[in-house]
Formats: sequence, structure tokens, C-alpha cells
Amino acid sequence: MQAKKGINRRGLLTAGLAMGGAALSARAASAGGDPAILEVQDWNRYLGDGVQARPYGTPSQFEAHVVRRDVEWLTASTESSVNFTPLHDLDGIITPNGLCFERHHAGIAEIDPAQHRLMINGLVEKPLVFTMQDLMRFPRVNRVYFLECAANSGMEWRGSQLNGCQYTHGMVHCVMYTGVPLKTVLEEAGLKTNARWVLPEGADAAMMTRSVPIEKALDDCLIAFKMNGEALRPEQGYPLRLVVPGWEGNMWVKWLRRIEVGDQPWQQREETSKYTDLLANGTARRFTWLMEVKSVITSPSPQLPVAHGKGPLVISGLAWSGNGTIKRVDVTTDGGRNWKTARLDGPSLPKALHRFYLDIDWDGSELLIQSRAMDEHGFVQPTKDELRLARGENSIYHNNGIQTWHVKADGTVENVEVA
Amino acid sequence: MSKSLKLAAALAVTVAAFAAPFLLAGQRTAVAEEPAAAGAPFAPHQPGAFGLGREATPEEVAAWDIDIRPDGTGLPEGRGTVAEGDELFQEQCAVCHGVFGEGAGRYPVLAGGLDSLTNERPEKTIGSYWPYLSTVYDYIRRAMPFGNAHSLSDDQIYALTAYLLYLNDVVTDEEFELSKANFADIHLPNEGNFIPDDRQEEAHYAADAEPCMSACTPEPVKIVMHARILDVTPGSIDDEEGAGAGSVD
Ligand code: HEC
Repeated sequence: MQAKKGINRRGLLTAGLAMGGAALSARAASAGGDPAILEVQDWNRYLGDGVQARPYGTPSQFEAHVVRRDVEWLTASTESSVNFTPLHDLDGIITPNGLCFERHHAGIAEIDPAQHRLMINGLVEKPLVFTMQDLMRFPRVNRVYFLECAANSGMEWRGSQLNGCQYTHGMVHCVMYTGVPLKTVLEEAGLKTNARWVLPEGADAAMMTRSVPIEKALDDCLIAFKMNGEALRPEQGYPLRLVVPGWEGNMWVKWLRRIEVGDQPWQQREETSKYTDLLANGTARRFTWLMEVKSVITSPSPQLPVAHGKGPLVISGLAWSGNGTIKRVDVTTDGGRNWKTARLDGPSLPKALHRFYLDIDWDGSELLIQSRAMDEHGFVQPTKDELRLARGENSIYHNNGIQTWHVKADGTVENVEVA
Repeated sequence: MSKSLKLAAALAVTVAAFAAPFLLAGQRTAVAEEPAAAGAPFAPHQPGAFGLGREATPEEVAAWDIDIRPDGTGLPEGRGTVAEGDELFQEQCAVCHGVFGEGAGRYPVLAGGLDSLTNERPEKTIGSYWPYLSTVYDYIRRAMPFGNAHSLSDDQIYALTAYLLYLNDVVTDEEFELSKANFADIHLPNEGNFIPDDRQEEAHYAADAEPCMSACTPEPVKIVMHARILDVTPGSIDDEEGAGAGSVD
């Protein structure tokens, strides 16, 4: 199923539909029953691997297609590039560590934690240096947060372009972080009264930097060293990353080695040349930190067609908002004419992914499916056309518009726009 | 006052210079304190209360603190001319960014694009888009040349910055010398065109309407655009040319 480069969608479709007709169906075969039941399988008879055959467990060989994928033409080099979370293959709200999308500006820094230091300097009573061991001695907390790149869905401003929610929406993930509140560490150094901004900086060859207002730094930011209970993955900033809940992923500086405190923003490359939102009239918004209310149907979607024909169909997706929790998600099957409120299932945590379901009885006719999220503050996810009217088509960042999937009678799904 | 309202109010003061009421939250319903998820569960403490970490030495701070602000804070001593920068640029940068900063392949374009910001395909360069020159010096110093960062001297970075000003027609004299002394006097053309985050004032948010649930459009909706027309999805037939019309940043 897996093509050399990326996914072979057409191959996948064919395979998926074939499976729907046979392998995945538990209907009794003609001669007395289902061979999966009537015949003794290898795994019914022979012993499997013992313990320690897989000291760090990996997914079943039958899940080998569940991987991050990139879009080669997007960037000049893979060291300054991005890949995407396979949202269509996942459920619940937690992203497995190895599937969290990657965005690097100078490749993955491989850092020996014994050689890693965190420096706090600038407008503090005393500039401090911490080792990883020092940081592990501060009181710590556990928090589940989504991280979304501001450019998620950025390729769709001018119209539907990529066929798969992995590509259109896969620059988001959600894990549980363990870390020390940034506030605790800043207070240990002692903030001067004119402290207004902090500048987190990475230890990689891009030395990533962003200006963060002090109120956010003292509110809910974390200095994290664990994700989903284990050490951060190298590609997610091992051994230390900043967590900036609800705000754009670029600010969550990986390989965090320094935090400077200042009285003005630094106007770094990533908050001037990049991560500013160009509007139709030529002006550009800056410091657009918050990730707005958003949702997407992950199944069915172009990479996960309906393989079972008419009857019960689970429509499922994700919703999130940098403002807090998701209050409601509505789903339409007729392109936005009529809506039904979906069922939210699983934990509803502020600034985390939420999982929704709409269980329908599909009559096999074409569907135009969309989801529309509303957050606890009453912000409603806009349509793509509403966003274009307000911003034009050159913003790149912060496209939280409603996504349409066209489910055809044969179960295949395409990324479309409707009017 | 809700937590987010307080935060918004505090921020309004902090970033008054940018008049940035950026927080979308808290403008509407007052919401109860966020449960477990918000902030630190620990009371504020005195500096040094945990006694963890040690004081950074001035040498350590100097080694890592290399950032520069628009007002010139952080600039090192030094100087460099356009002509010196030209030579360095051709040796160390042109392979990726082009002889005139026009960009090779998909590598970033560094010059040109003046007055293109309202075009269908704007070209955002140092001259056409960047608000501050300090960002050029700061960024080259921290991250370029790509794959060999921190290999340029302070004078070389002044020279390269001068050459980039020349490529972008901000200075026109090849003899022009950029230095710590004249740096903060130079302004880039697009500085005035950045505005605060006012997304919450957009019609679709400002309306604050209950979303429509039934008969929301007078006619059944129609498909007006297919991804397959412009299919650049990896693995799709037309992907080979990389005809994609998007960008990640
Ligand atoms: C091997 C290729 C390569 C070389 C050589 C190189 N760069 Fe770059 N440059 C890049 C890449 C890739 C990026 C974008 C990095 C990222 O996305 O984080 C970049 C980004 C930049 C930017 C920011 C562009 C923008 O629009 O934000 C500037 C300025 C820059 N380079 C200057 C230089 C200078 C000056 C030199 C020579 C000293 C140089 N580069 C050498 C590849 C290169």
C-alpha cells in the first residue's frame, strides 16, 4: 500500500474498498462459514515473541501505513521543513509521540541532556543557569494541550488543494506534558519591575526565538521535559521545550536553552518576516498568537474512504480552541444547509483537542460533510469564504475555516469547496 | 473578572505600544476560572527560594545573549561595506539565495518584490516586507549560513547586512558602510504597515450570532472547487512537478 514517496492514495482506495467487500466483512463465506473462524490460524497454534523481544514496543506490522508524511515541494530542504500527523488514522484526543508532526528550521538537534543548560537572563535579580537535574527538582505539573502550527491549513487559502486531512489539518497534535511552570523558574531568578516580555531561545542551529508577553509567561506556560509520560522526542525538543498553551506552535521553542527577560519585544525573524498575517490591503497583522476555534472531520476523509457501503457510519473528528474548551460541534451532511449537533466524547480539557462523533445511517447517496466548532466563549468557527472576505488569500497563517469533504456514492472522498 | 479578562487587561497595558488586544477570549461571556489546567498551582515565591541553579557568569551571558532589538540594543562593535558584503554574499550565500538575493530554487528570496504586497502572488523580502533592519543582523548572526551558523565575524555580518540593504535599494552607494553607529538610523520601507491583532473585530466573530441549524442556504449548495483540479497531494499523478500554490511559512 505504501508508495515510495508519500502515500499512494489511489492504491489505498482500491485496497480499502476491496477489504470492505471481503477481508473486513465477517459475513459467513458460502461453504459453511468464515475461514477466519473455520481454519486454525498461525497465531492460534504457534508461540509468539516472548517478553523483551520488543523492549520498546512499536505498532503492529499491519499499522505500518500510520506514519507522518511530508509534501516535498513545499520547502527547499528537509532540515527546514514540516511533516504532518496522520489524523485520519487516529482516534481519541491524545497523539502518540511518534506521530506528532514535526517542524524544524535546522534539522533535529540531538542533545545530550548532561550537556544541556537553561539560562535565565536579562531583567532579573540574578541571572541563573540550570542543569536538567536542577529543573527536575522544582514542583511539576501535568497538562494536556494541543499544539497547532499557525500555518496549519495554510495551503488551502486559495482553494482546496491537498486531498487528505493529514495534509490540510495535520500540523496539530495533542499530548500530556510534564513540566515546571515557567512562572516558578522566572520567580526563582526574580523579575525586575520593568519586565514585560520574555524571549525563549532554542539550542538548535536555527536558535529559534520568539517574544512572549510576560502575562502569558506567568499564566500557563510550562517548561516541559516529558510528553505522554516519557522524555520528549528529539524532534519535539528533547530534553526541554516551552509549552505556550493555545498559542501558535512556533512559540513553543524546542531544545529550550535560554529565556531572556526584557521590556520590549525583540522583533525576531519569526515574528516579522514570518508569522505575521498579510491582509488584502497590504498591511499585515503581527503578534497574532492565539489559535482560533477550529475543527475537522478526520473520518471519513480523502485518505480514509467509506469502505463498507450504506448503513451505520461513524463520522468522527477533532475540534479545538486556543480560548479554552469546546462547547459544541455541529456536523452537516448537505454542505452546510442543515446541521446536527455532534456528540463530544472523551475528556474536555481547555486548550486540548476534543473528539466528536456523529453516528448516522448512510443511505449511500453523496454527502458534503463539514464540522463547525464553537468554544466556551461562544466563538464559532467561520467559513473559509468569511475568512477570505476579511483577510484576502495571502495570510498563510491562521486558516481556521470550515472544511468540506465530498463523500461520493462509491465511498471515495475528496477535498472540495462549496457555495 | 474572569482570568482571561484580567489577562487581556494586563496585556493591553503591557503592549500598549502595539495596542494589541489580541486575546480573543474573555471578550464575551465571563467564564469560571479554568479548572486544573491554568497556570501554576504554587504560591509566588521569593527569588532564590528553592536555591536551585547557580548564577550565570558575565562571560556565559555574553556567549549566548546575542539578540538585537530595533533600537540597536545588543549590536556589537563593528563595521562593513556594501562591496565587502557583495564578495562575502557571493561566496557564502548566493548558492542558496541567488547572486542578487533572488533565491535559488525554493530557497528564500531576500531582495526585490517592492510594492508587491497587494498582488495575487506577493513577494515578501527584506525590502518589501520586513519592518526592521535589526532582524536581518540578528537572524544572520544566529542562523546563517544555513548549516554553518556562528561562523561569521561581527564585521562580516555588518557587511552582509549592508549588501542586503543595497540589493533592496534601501542604500544605493556601493561605498556605503554600515556600523553600530549608523545602524539604528536606517528604516525599512514597510515598517509602518504592521497592525495589531484585530481578528476578533472581523464580521464573522463580531456578529456573535447563534449558528444557523436548518435551511441555512436558500438553495442546495454546489461544489465550486475540487482538490483534484489542482491535485498536488503527495502520491497523486500530478504531484511530480510540484505545482503547488501554497507555502508553510
Ligand atoms: C545552504 C543554503 C543556504 C545558504 C548557503 C544560506 N542560506 Fe540563508 N536561508 C536558507 C534557508 C533554508 C532559510 C530558511 C530557514 C528557515 O526556514 O528557518 C534561509 C533564510 C535566510 C534569511 C531569512 C529569509 C526570510 O525571508 O525570512 C536570510 C536573511 C538569510 N537566509 C541570509 C543568508 C545569508 C546572509 C547567507 C550567507 C552568509 C545565507 N543566508 C546562506 C538557506 C541558505
